[in-house]
Amino acid sequence: MITNDTVKYIASLSRLHIDDADLSRFGGELQNILQYVDKLSELDVSNVPPTSHVFRVENVFREDTILPSLSPVEAFSFAIESHDGHYKVPKVIE
Amino acid sequence: MDFETVIGLEVHLQLNTATKIFCGCRNDFGLEANTCVCPVCLGLPGSLPVLNRQVLFSGMKVGLALNCAINTFVKFDRKNYYYPDLPKGYQISQFDFPIAKNGFLPVITGGQERRIGITRAHLEEDAGKLIHDDRTNATLVDYNRTGTPLVEIVSEPDMRSAQEAYDYLTALKLTLQYLNVSDCDMEKGSLRCDANVSIRPRGESKLGTKTELKNMNSFSAIRRAIDHEVASQARTILSGKPVVQQTLLWNEEKGMTIPMRSKEQAHDYRYFPEPDLVPFTLTEEQIDAVRRALPELPYARLRRLIGQYGISEYDGTILVGDKLAADFFETAAAMKVDIKKLCNWMNGPLMKELNDRRCRIPGLKLTPQDLVALINRVEDGTISNLAAKDVLSDIVETGKDPNIVIREKGLAQVSDDAQLETIVDEVIRENPQVVEQIRSGKASAAGFLVGLAMKKMHGKANPKILNTAIQRRIANV
Amino acid sequence: MDLFALTAHEILELLANGKVLPDEVETSVRGRINAVNPRTNAFIRTYQENKTPANAMPIPIGIKDNICVKGRPVTCASAILKDFCPPYDAAVIEKIKASGGVILGSLNMDEFAFGSSTESSSKGIVHNPWDLERVPGGSSGGSAAAVAAGEAIWALGSDTGGSIRQPASFCGVVGLKPTYGRVSRYGLVAFGSSLDQIGPITRDVTDCARLLSIISGFDRRDSTSVDLPVPDYALGLRRDVRGLRIGIPKEYFIGGIEPAVEKAVRAAVEFFRKEGAVIKDISLPHTEYAVATYYIVATAEASSNLARFDGVEYGLRVLPDKPRKTGIVDMYEETRARGFGDEAKRRIMLGTYVLSAGYYDAYYLRALKARTLIKNDLDKAFTDCDIILSPTAPTTAFKIGEKTSDPLSMYLSDIFTIPANLAGIPAISLPCGFDAGGLPIGMQLMGAPFAEEKLLSTAYAYEQANGWHSRKAQL
Repeated sequence: MITNDTVKYIASLSRLHIDDADLSRFGGELQNILQYVDKLSELDVSNVPPTSHVFRVENVFREDTILPSLSPVEAFSFAIESHDGHYKVPKVIE
Repeated sequence: MDFETVIGLEVHLQLNTATKIFCGCRNDFGLEANTCVCPVCLGLPGSLPVLNRQVLFSGMKVGLALNCAINTFVKFDRKNYYYPDLPKGYQISQFDFPIAKNGFLPVITGGQERRIGITRAHLEEDAGKLIHDDRTNATLVDYNRTGTPLVEIVSEPDMRSAQEAYDYLTALKLTLQYLNVSDCDMEKGSLRCDANVSIRPRGESKLGTKTELKNMNSFSAIRRAIDHEVASQARTILSGKPVVQQTLLWNEEKGMTIPMRSKEQAHDYRYFPEPDLVPFTLTEEQIDAVRRALPELPYARLRRLIGQYGISEYDGTILVGDKLAADFFETAAAMKVDIKKLCNWMNGPLMKELNDRRCRIPGLKLTPQDLVALINRVEDGTISNLAAKDVLSDIVETGKDPNIVIREKGLAQVSDDAQLETIVDEVIRENPQVVEQIRSGKASAAGFLVGLAMKKMHGKANPKILNTAIQRRIANV
Repeated sequence: MDLFALTAHEILELLANGKVLPDEVETSVRGRINAVNPRTNAFIRTYQENKTPANAMPIPIGIKDNICVKGRPVTCASAILKDFCPPYDAAVIEKIKASGGVILGSLNMDEFAFGSSTESSSKGIVHNPWDLERVPGGSSGGSAAAVAAGEAIWALGSDTGGSIRQPASFCGVVGLKPTYGRVSRYGLVAFGSSLDQIGPITRDVTDCARLLSIISGFDRRDSTSVDLPVPDYALGLRRDVRGLRIGIPKEYFIGGIEPAVEKAVRAAVEFFRKEGAVIKDISLPHTEYAVATYYIVATAEASSNLARFDGVEYGLRVLPDKPRKTGIVDMYEETRARGFGDEAKRRIMLGTYVLSAGYYDAYYLRALKARTLIKNDLDKAFTDCDIILSPTAPTTAFKIGEKTSDPLSMYLSDIFTIPANLAGIPAISLPCGFDAGGLPIGMQLMGAPFAEEKLLSTAYAYEQANGWHSRKAQL
């Protein structure tokens, strides 16, 4: 059962602020979808290996050779806020 | 109540590959902020990681050096958490199929040999660096370090004191230095360590509640932090309260710990297989090839040096403690030289030269040949021990042949018999009373004459030969 | 002659014969965008790229707004990316540019490709050129609508669970999801990394083959890219279907399909039978678990892929109002709350939930195992068939707003397209008729891994004999 507390917990893990007014709506929607995907519990998967990669491609490497990095102009072209060659964010520890 | 301390350590080691783990940016320390970054290590949308081949091989080396089993199937997983130094919102790490597991490291601690278990070693990417800027009241981020390849080495909770933890770290660092996969420099952050600490009543088999200590920046800080935490846990238990499982930050100046905020502690990392990287398979042949190519590791070398050269564990430990010093020793030991003397010279006068100059062997211009030559000049009586130390100070700077320096400085002891006889005659002539004493049986008085003769020869005489000459002359007169 | 209404291969012939100039084609298409985009809302933005000197194929192309073009905004139709301009080209954009392609601008989509109707875009909904009251499908709704409306000669879309094929079906155009690994994902803003592929949306099968040849190929920057040679797909189109084994999965013809859709697809089956193909009734027994499996795997991956949108480096940053303003965590929560739409929030939360402690085994791991079963069904079917034929979607284009209040019913509209993504196999959707209301119907052909040539030649045989593709939306 997806309670408001569960929605709150999941939202905080996901770093999403959810207004209290929306908790039960999201909870209901999640509940619906989870109920549907619970269909999978009908399957006997005890001897089935999981598929995380669809094809058995293995051992893809790059060699340890240096490639050009972004120029400082490029590296900060999209920065929300920067200061003295650094990306700037609100203080982390208050 | 008598408590037993239980310590497990997590060591993060930055690998010294040319490039980062998943992109071609330079893997270098101390560059200008945000100058080695690209879409991949900045976690820009659409970018994808590709594993640096060298990282997997360095990881294998570390695993094998720690006597681990190497997994023939290796995969990467995402560890999900939010922090501004982690641009993707997840760290690519290894969860259930790490590169290495189930190993041990032999450690000599408290005069005993112990095997500290290694639970696992896995590969992952490092995060960026946060700088807390009081002036702007903001946090500044440098992503140069993001994507630096790391090996995390997790020990078993096998250590029973802060000193054991210290000795384990020392042995581990030395092993890693021998592998040449990292510069292992705690000051630069290329080696970092967190400690899990708990205590339990002695005899109890169940583990106590542990706390995790972070933010120690030297081995001695780790030792201090653990000692502090053990005392603190004991006080808590003795006052009837339970130990709270939490992460504590060590404050070196104040010598105390501060708990991390609970919001940052509530972690549910939601590991799952990294879909952007394919799995890796290693064959036994590949693993064997890496194993065969491993250098001799410090512990094995210590055992061999003791066996092969008959040196003490004490001397061996000092020598092995610096791979290059041990190499130097072995090169020298292959020449015609008294091993015990060589050992004394290396761990004595040579060590002093190194300490005076705060450098290691390659920082000196000394060759093993020259050190052996110098030792042998003392042994054959050409120069005194004191003079030899003087020569050593010279040749470590100049790289000159010690024989030339001995000649240039005129340090060779006088072996010209005629000159020696003249001097002996002089002192006997000038000190009839002393000669009388010697003749009447007071042998020790000869030392006085030897000293006088030595003075006349400006120290360039072999005291033994002088003594013999004086005794003979007095007997013959 | 309206140049914008031609296919790329027709334009190339005119160019080769000196009958038109590349600029005339571009002008015609841009004029069409100006004329009809206010009604379709297919393009989010247009821009003029510098012309590449080697303009072998100067075909005007639209790019889904989740594919990076250097120095141009890429937003995934989300507010959270704000005006983010990537400092690099996606691998497919490098290839398009190298081919001389004329990039027109960015095409609308469901936010982060989360949807089947392009109604979840933060840039406004897209209208189906065949009926402006209806959705174009999704998530590549802008791409399919633009191609159908003459706003682009061809377009790139991305397909995680049917996002190329279902809108192609709804808009009466051709859309192909390549084999996983055939086309580099480098520069595609990830949704479900183990499922995503970029693919062509075109007016006919010939163009589909040509565009696929341009964008396919191995890329060292994408570890999942497969190192196999790329054939010239257009050269292999004319192939007899005689003896071709076509499987008809019984699980794809059950309740919920509109009768007109079933009728059109059955008629296509008959066409192939008459042409000498061997029609086989097959079973893909785990089909009914595909949607559930997909929504666990795709949202799990998405929840992680979208974690990078946090207001730290790029895109949107929103600081909460004073009472709650405390620090970085609040900035994350506020930025993401304002930056993501509801569907994105639902999927992020669902994905987070199925990976969280205590639920991983019950949901995520179980879904990975169900994925194996679904893939095994298809692998087994292809030992016995060359092609699997089915409807692309159970319905034709539905009304705007019809399914927005019920996320689950929206998810179920992808029921026939999802299995190809779960199994990594290639699949194409092409027009196979119209319903009574004049809305296009699409059929889907699925093939074994890297059987794109066979898919295209089969589709081509059908298209040339039936000519549905020549009917155009009237705008």
